Amino acid sequence: MNELVTPRAESAGRSRTARQTFRVVAIEALGPLTILGGIVWALAQPYRVTFFYPDGKGFWDWAVQPPLLVVLVGLLFSLFVAPGLVEDLEGADEARGDAATR
Amino acid sequence: MLPRAEIAHWLFAAGFLFFGLVLLAEAIVGQAVFRSRPWRAYLWPSLALFAGIWLWLIAVFSTFSTLHLVAHSVWAQAATAAGAVELARVRGRLHSQYWSLVTAGALFISGASFLVHEQNGWLFARSAFLHHLIGWTLVVASVFPLGAAFRPRRALWSYGFALTFVAVAVMLFSDRDVASIFGHLSELAGGRP
Repeated sequence: MNELVTPRAESAGRSRTARQTFRVVAIEALGPLTILGGIVWALAQPYRVTFFYPDGKGFWDWAVQPPLLVVLVGLLFSLFVAPGLVEDLEGADEARGDAATR
Repeated sequence: MLPRAEIAHWLFAAGFLFFGLVLLAEAIVGQAVFRSRPWRAYLWPSLALFAGIWLWLIAVFSTFSTLHLVAHSVWAQAATAAGAVELARVRGRLHSQYWSLVTAGALFISGASFLVHEQNGWLFARSAFLHHLIGWTLVVASVFPLGAAFRPRRALWSYGFALTFVAVAVMLFSDRDVASIFGHLSELAGGRP
């Protein structure tokens, strides 16, 4: 074997790691992208946010402001769903790596 | 003190968006990793059941027309059935992949009832346009759980199913009780003569 040849197991491991990294980045990006979407929407249509136009608004207008709901959904996902998923994804990868080296 | 229809639609949109993100996450990491924590496995069936119950509540209050009452009841029934079947699958009570056909049927019937209960044309008002668009989206999207029933290993079905909820969330967020669509608003809907 020389430096131009990569062992097959090493090459497969590398592509698995790249796929796993992509998955982790994708999961971690979902929440922030959603939050960004909500912020961009609030800036593009400020009249959909009651805080910017408070005159004559009732309870439901204050309670339900669509761009802020989008931000809230992104926050919920980022704080409560994504961290555990990333942890489990990395754990599963480690378990698979251990099984492969055994 | 009852919220306007558009407010209820935006709340549902937020739920659909969260639903969509969770399903998208499941598609990305795969079912085995996603279901490694029991609460996550139960999340989507529970949300579907919760949506079903909430839709029954809305059906009770949306009595301004028989068509709306029937349509909301159909959505409630579809969400409850799909949630119950998925819950039984997660619990291990149902094993066959063909149970995905219930979800496919629920999406198709939901889409069809959107289309049937909208009596106006696409450009009558924004809400009419969205009824048509959401209806056709759900009818077409029923192909994803249908595909999952026959070719369960293909990731396409999971991604398609998840993105359907994100797309429907965007449509529901665009809803207004009275608003124009591409500059069109019928006089009958409150537009200028």
